Amino acid sequence: MLKSVRLDHVSKMFGTAIGVENVDIDVKPGEFFTFLGPSGCGKTTTLRMIAGFYYPSKGKILFDNKDVTTLQPNKRNIGMVFQNYALFPHMTVFENIAFGLEVRKMTKAVIKEKVERAQKLVHLEKYGTRKINELSGGQQQRVALARALVIEPDILLLDEPLSNLDAKLREETRLEIKRLQVELGVTTIYVTHDQTEAMTMSDRIMVMKEGVVQQIGSPQEIYNQPTNHFVASFIGESNILEAEVVEVKADAVKVKLDEDIFVQGSMSQSANGKKLAVGESIKVSIRPEAVFEGSGPNQVTGTIQFVEFTGVSINYVVKVGSNIMKVMIINKGNEILKRGDSITLHVPEKGIYLIGE
Amino acid sequence: MGANQPTVVQENWWARLTRSKYFVYVLISPLFLVLLAYVIYPFYQTFLQSVVGEEGATLENYQRFFGLTSTANLEALWTSVYISVISVITCAIVGVTMAFLMERYEFPGRKLLSVLILVPMALPPLVGVLSFTFLYGESGIIPRAFQVLFDLEKVPFSLKGVMGVIVVHTFTMYTYFYLTAAAAIKGLDPSLEEAATSLGSGRIRIWLKVILPMLTPALIASSLLVFMISMASYTAPLMFGVERTMTMQIYLSRTNGSLDMAATQSTILSIVSISFLILMRWYQGRRNYQNQSKGISVHRTELRSQFAKYMSMVLSFIGVIILMLPILVLVLISFSVDGEWTVQVIPTAYTLQHYIDLFTDERTWRPIWNSLQMSFVATAGNILFGVAAAYAMVRTKFKGKALLDILIMVPWALPGTVVAVNLIAAFSEPNVFSFNQVLIGTFWILPLAYFVRHLPLIFRSTSAALMQMDESVEEAARSLGANWWYSFRRVVVPMAFSGILAGTLLALVQGIGEFVASILIYSTSTMPLSVAIFQKMYAFQFGTACAYGVLQIILIITVLFVSQKITDGKAGSAI
Repeated sequence: MLKSVRLDHVSKMFGTAIGVENVDIDVKPGEFFTFLGPSGCGKTTTLRMIAGFYYPSKGKILFDNKDVTTLQPNKRNIGMVFQNYALFPHMTVFENIAFGLEVRKMTKAVIKEKVERAQKLVHLEKYGTRKINELSGGQQQRVALARALVIEPDILLLDEPLSNLDAKLREETRLEIKRLQVELGVTTIYVTHDQTEAMTMSDRIMVMKEGVVQQIGSPQEIYNQPTNHFVASFIGESNILEAEVVEVKADAVKVKLDEDIFVQGSMSQSANGKKLAVGESIKVSIRPEAVFEGSGPNQVTGTIQFVEFTGVSINYVVKVGSNIMKVMIINKGNEILKRGDSITLHVPEKGIYLIGE
Repeated sequence: MGANQPTVVQENWWARLTRSKYFVYVLISPLFLVLLAYVIYPFYQTFLQSVVGEEGATLENYQRFFGLTSTANLEALWTSVYISVISVITCAIVGVTMAFLMERYEFPGRKLLSVLILVPMALPPLVGVLSFTFLYGESGIIPRAFQVLFDLEKVPFSLKGVMGVIVVHTFTMYTYFYLTAAAAIKGLDPSLEEAATSLGSGRIRIWLKVILPMLTPALIASSLLVFMISMASYTAPLMFGVERTMTMQIYLSRTNGSLDMAATQSTILSIVSISFLILMRWYQGRRNYQNQSKGISVHRTELRSQFAKYMSMVLSFIGVIILMLPILVLVLISFSVDGEWTVQVIPTAYTLQHYIDLFTDERTWRPIWNSLQMSFVATAGNILFGVAAAYAMVRTKFKGKALLDILIMVPWALPGTVVAVNLIAAFSEPNVFSFNQVLIGTFWILPLAYFVRHLPLIFRSTSAALMQMDESVEEAARSLGANWWYSFRRVVVPMAFSGILAGTLLALVQGIGEFVASILIYSTSTMPLSVAIFQKMYAFQFGTACAYGVLQIILIITVLFVSQKITDGKAGSAI
């Protein structure tokens, strides 16, 4: 049963401190929705309100059209995976997965069948009798996932489920979670501080900072059209440069980055579709990979300050006028320049994104 | 769809109550009620008795206590304080020296010694004092052996009076210093000393500036503890005939029938004990050196010279003997025929009869059965209270948390004598808390005393276990649909089980061995084991007394061993 989740202007105060302010979202049935932000941004608080461990100070939470704002967590039919997995150490793998089914008073036979199916789903068929401390971190993770999924939850909540795994396992498990989510089609809310996880798995992302929602959108929207400085710098790498609008001609906007350094962007490439006026101070976001070597539109020259060769790419830190820019050139066998060399760069119009203040 | 009104889920009153933020007060109010009824109210009754004379409120008793017309009370206070201070010093010297030797040096016999060093913890207070009088008393085995060996007129030395009390205190309480100091030394990063050496410090400076300051918190905490326990000590002064201590004075006032004076003495001793408890809590919260370094590898210095090796072997041997003697002598005497041992060095006739009697003779078995029953009843109460209180303290937030914490610890700080006096004051007459019964003289007063005295044991071991359990585990159970009670039963209790069990076993054996409060409030029909030992002693039935004692020691060693196994030594904080 797919359910939608609606947070209707939800706020949470801790004493006088603001935990989360005015979150208003609508997660569609079957959607993979991610809360992304640095630690302390309120993403886990929001998730815990959906789970029922906190009650909102203001606003309502609805599953489909049912108001669950102050419903106890055990009445919500949610599956939750915790950051530290929160497995029951005194039970076996089988008993852990069966816990939620026993609570629901299913018969022994049904429980056995369902648990075995869940074990298969997460590739732990042979581990039923193991104790939790006999499993590796990745296996524990999968038990936690199976335990949350076996009760056929209306909503799956995942609280930084990959943060305790090493890099390689993290990538594997990421694919695994996404596969299960697509196969089962369960509405999923995922909390993470890792932008790669958010970008690769989500249908939509909500970026948060200090309890306030910064932007909600698809991964492409968040990456290509960040609404503000924070989003642009938090998601991927970006050069954020101070600029002043000097000319607006129909769709074309010319901005001044420095004495004698101008670039031209497009009004359609401005945050929130904001109309810009001449004389306005703004910020310009240019991704390192949007900058190319050689001559072309929006051409500038700079001095190389630092060179880094990663194999896939050559990364330069270039001083252009008074600005420092990071540039990423795909390695196609091109000559690698040295510190102090002069370099000519250009940025196509679609690589320039204008962020109003 | 959009036209649908949100439906509100209907809940019953219980569900609504459990998610109310005041629900926690529903949970903790029984805890406060128990503390009010059996800790605060009895204490208040004693206080009342001390200040209410025949013509209303009076401070006459306190004037008599501090007055100079009869100095017995002031002397008692002074003796208690100075015995305690000297006990702290001797325990500190023995405990810390042992800790350093054990943790820092490798020598032949270290392994064996490190196990036996905790033997004094296995001695119940009464039994410990008993074996000391058998060993070192005026007609004790060791002094007599010397007398016979060197053909002397009279025994060359013997333990008696204040000296005896201090020696027994040192033997039974140095373990507090040993345990805390050993833990602190284990946590002491050797690289700190190496760093100090590399900066040009000599050994003495390292000791004064590095090692001692790092050990200070452990030493102060143990000092306060030993002082408190010494002040409460009753058995040692009783057996060595030191009448001028606070606890003995209370006992004597009671037996002389001057109840108001006993109440006054109890109140004053309580105030001292509780002040020390508060001081201790405050100090523990204030100061704690944490080592910055992660992997600590202690390297023990090996003794190189042959001489040092032989010396250490001899000393270890002596240490082992001293530690084992009290138990060995009890075992020896438990096989002796009663009445046969008079002026000889060791008993001359032996029998197995005492052990057979323990379980077959109705009169001998009775006190064991009494103690088992009463301790079980008390421990059952302790489990209920301790687990609930630990859960409330660790998992919930409420106003009055610090108060609950201190109230639970108070009975532990109160001398057993005072607990008994308080209960007598409160339950000699029917009242609400005794369900309108007179409890004094019935079966129930002793379990109640054990319950109060051992209130913190299960609470502390369970708290320690709960603190190691991640809160999200409980949340996981809730998210899977379990209600509060179901997750408490299926998740919280099983996970805290080792802690609960460790505390339970401890409370059980302590209840079986309890003497200090029992001696004041037992009735002949409910005579507990320890009082029976005491009476057999005075009836010169040493064999039976010691057989009882050996039984207790076996129980305690079993319990210590089992709790060590089930908790991997983690819940040791219960003691």
